[in-house]
Amino acid sequence: MRYLSKSFIVLAVLIAAASPASTQQTGPSIAVERPYARATPAGAQTGAVDMNVDNKSHAADRLVGASSDVADKLQIHETTVVNGVMQIREVAGGLAIPADGSVKLKPGSYHVMLIGLKKPLKAGETLPLTLMFEKAGNISVTVPVQAMTKSDNGGDMSNMHDNHGGAMGHMEMK
Amino acid sequence: MPARHVVLMTMAGVCGFAVAAVAIFAGISRVEQNRGAPATQIGGPFTLIDDAGVPVTEAALAGKPSAIYFGYTYCPEICPTTLLDLSRWIAKLGPDADKLNYVFVSIDPERDTPQLMHTYLSSFDKHIRGFTGTPEQVATIAKEYRVYYKKIPTQDGSYVMDHSSIIYLMAANRKFVSTIAYQENDAAALAKLRNLLGTTTPSS
Repeated sequence: MRYLSKSFIVLAVLIAAASPASTQQTGPSIAVERPYARATPAGAQTGAVDMNVDNKSHAADRLVGASSDVADKLQIHETTVVNGVMQIREVAGGLAIPADGSVKLKPGSYHVMLIGLKKPLKAGETLPLTLMFEKAGNISVTVPVQAMTKSDNGGDMSNMHDNHGGAMGHMEMK
Repeated sequence: MPARHVVLMTMAGVCGFAVAAVAIFAGISRVEQNRGAPATQIGGPFTLIDDAGVPVTEAALAGKPSAIYFGYTYCPEICPTTLLDLSRWIAKLGPDADKLNYVFVSIDPERDTPQLMHTYLSSFDKHIRGFTGTPEQVATIAKEYRVYYKKIPTQDGSYVMDHSSIIYLMAANRKFVSTIAYQENDAAALAKLRNLLGTTTPSS
């Protein structure tokens, strides 16, 4: 009996571990690459996370939400500057990730917005982030926080990823 | 009058009209480059509260040219980027930096209290002052500077702000000089700020 209950526990653990993967036919369909957040000014209530979302499957997917314990709520937003006016909009119905394609979340475009930051994001720290996809399910990533350095339209920032972000921005399936 | 002369005169008339039209159009284009209004109509008197909680008017900027940016602290990307750019340019101005005023004016006065503005600005160059006020006071200065801003509700009952994302450069005599666009390159922005230094003495 003792042996049996132990087996059940082992089996349950195995099932729990295996079940998210069972929705994937051949490994993860979505890869979240080089996620990063920028350090936030003191007192700031909002922050933004950028990344590249690569869809390796032949079916379109959709980023429908996100969560993290560093902020009260997270939304997917798009920032645009039109005729000198900054506009920011919640992406209605989630962000479409085309089949066999990728979408870059970056300054001046899409980002995961952190609203109600519990404390400022400091360079060198990391934050946990769970992204919710319509088909691929939940994907958790560890997001490094980078200094508020000159973005230069993303040029300097992407160099920084190549140097530092790759190893820290590792991905794991939940 | 021979028919030939009439034709020539008509042609001359058409050409003249075309030249006049081009001249008028060029004139309009020049005005439009100044954001659709004569330069003198940008800016004006205001009453706001600075980030120390002290009431301020346009007199707080007297004697120096000013770089004025309108934004809000809940802004996740554009405003911190602009304030960071401005901080870098201020640093590059060196000792000349003290010859200008730098102001971050909130267009979200409901959330941007003087205290929050003060805390927020502690992350940027210390020259930058924060101004906020009542919604009416902010509406007044925004109108004077032709700043567009609009509250956009979000599904969760909160809101984000659309707003003009340019830095206004004003001479010491409060006349509009030029603007710095969002993410304008360092060389161009610094040239404009140094040019602004040269306007320290009211010239008109």
